[in-house]
Amino acid sequence: MAKGWLSSLEKVDEYRWLLPTSYKPGMRVPGLIYADERLLKTMAGDEAVEQVANVAFLPGIVGYSMAMPDIHWGYGFPIGGVAAMRLNGGVVSPGGVGFDINCGARLIRTNLTEAEVRPVLDRLADQLFRDVPSGLGAHGPLRVSNKELDDIMVRGAAWMLDRGYGLPDDLEATESHGCLAGADPATVSQRARERGREQLGTLGAGNHFLEVEVVEAVYDEEAARAFGLEIGQVVVSFHCGSRGFGHQVCQDYLAVMEKAARQFEIVLPDRQLACAPIDSKPGKDYLAAMAAAANFAWANRQAIAHWTRGAFAGVLGRSVEELGMTQVYDVAHNIAKVEEHRVDGQSMRLCVHRKGATRAFPPGHAEVPPRYRKVGQPVLVPGDMGRYSYVCAGTERAMAETWGSTCHGAGRLQSRGAAKRSLQGVDIVGRLEARGIVVRVRNRSLIAEEASEAYKDVADVVEVLDRAGISRKVARMRPLAVIKG
Amino acid sequence: MKEQPPFETFDHTADVGIIARGADLAEAFANAAKAMFSLMVDLDRVEPREERRIEAEADDREGLLVAWLAELVYLSEVDNLVFGRFEIDEISDTRIVARAFGEPLDLDRHNPKLMIKAVTRHMLQVAPSDGGFQVRAILDI
Repeated sequence: MAKGWLSSLEKVDEYRWLLPTSYKPGMRVPGLIYADERLLKTMAGDEAVEQVANVAFLPGIVGYSMAMPDIHWGYGFPIGGVAAMRLNGGVVSPGGVGFDINCGARLIRTNLTEAEVRPVLDRLADQLFRDVPSGLGAHGPLRVSNKELDDIMVRGAAWMLDRGYGLPDDLEATESHGCLAGADPATVSQRARERGREQLGTLGAGNHFLEVEVVEAVYDEEAARAFGLEIGQVVVSFHCGSRGFGHQVCQDYLAVMEKAARQFEIVLPDRQLACAPIDSKPGKDYLAAMAAAANFAWANRQAIAHWTRGAFAGVLGRSVEELGMTQVYDVAHNIAKVEEHRVDGQSMRLCVHRKGATRAFPPGHAEVPPRYRKVGQPVLVPGDMGRYSYVCAGTERAMAETWGSTCHGAGRLQSRGAAKRSLQGVDIVGRLEARGIVVRVRNRSLIAEEASEAYKDVADVVEVLDRAGISRKVARMRPLAVIKG
Repeated sequence: MKEQPPFETFDHTADVGIIARGADLAEAFANAAKAMFSLMVDLDRVEPREERRIEAEADDREGLLVAWLAELVYLSEVDNLVFGRFEIDEISDTRIVARAFGEPLDLDRHNPKLMIKAVTRHMLQVAPSDGGFQVRAILDI
């Protein structure tokens, strides 16, 4: 367990730390870690920085193996890792996307105030808990045929919209319009189909959640106005991905990639980094299957958004339109995407891996919805269930330095076991309820693993983004109700 | 030397690791499966009412451990089953044939815990130990 990295790090400025290639023979590029000294100390206990070094081994990596301030020990890539590869001679690694392909977050606004919601909050939480299936063994209410599943893989969120699940503006307010091109159902195994079919429209468990929140601070008036956010407003946010469908796609392709890595004689410091050249058959097949899983995830979040709106309309006795439940944005934070970036002054297409990292495109970028184009792409940064979450905006500096990427959340501080041990006997639900937060959780015994103590303070993480210039703080929300598996 | 348990779990910041031991590869693999399902449910509450046959292949022992556990994750999820007992009928470095015994997940009776997404290859290990084998894997939660 190498911990030599702390002394090897070179301070670039208060928020940037360089891990030189001399740290570990085989690194093709240096590592670059976004953190302040305090956050850096929280990384001392785990292997995250070692993983930054390992990612730098991958063929075709351009610039730096980067880590966002929420970085923590993952498998293969660190969680909070960003790496871009040249299309010609570069590799794609399923470990750089993760098992939960297109795990992401979505934020929906309302025109309700906390005062209007408070009297019905318990009923609303019950309704959301009933309408959005979650937890171990949960099945979605949607039954789709094999052919329909193929269509979902190819069309993503639009498939749901065609069936009345959502509002027309939802697609524009979704990264890549909720559909990644190049998905090919033929590259997806029967097993992935079987796992996915039953779970379409489910939240999952672990760190996935749905929250009713209230905007409690605005830092950037112009951006907040563009995003349709103001102090005192109730919003809904949720976090989930491609469920068993994506998990199985990744599991299947890791086995394929191990063979490919051997065939292409790629030296790997960690088997989970198994990869193949982007232009090879296994590389292309993986990207086509990953796109199918990403689209499944967008369809999944689209269904959940629909049920969320339905629950609000039912409990409040008003229509979705009257409630103003339009979508702020939907971001992916486990994905690999081919994007246009500038490398040494030249425009270049790169395969950007974001493993627990969010796209953060700047003002003026063609992929930012027209209504947000003056202020930049909304970036959703969920915190932990006891404190707060943030909305940020993408910046030019992110585009120039981090391939238009930023953090994805608070980042874990403690393992599940450590959190549970340290919180033994603490009534987590009671503690949240005492602060006015309504909690509906399927598995109460696991709630300690997701308590605030298990996570970094997302305020510290967001502060680093803001000061380093790779995102701008826009607004902060505090939870009113938390739904978990 | 202190007697080592047939399996245990260990902490990982985001996920959970398992270590299992056995007098031979078959026993170590069976114990690894128990370790995994012990994270999902209370193993001693799982009745062996249903049986599934499993065949998995890989290029080496470590890959086989992943393939074996991943097959169980898949079966558990699509058939909504949890398993508590495993019989290995055949095992080599590259192929395993086994039977898993369990029953449909019962949320009231099994005390459900973690949902296992997948089996990672990070820190993966199958190694000779004390005349038998010790295996290690990290599971994605």
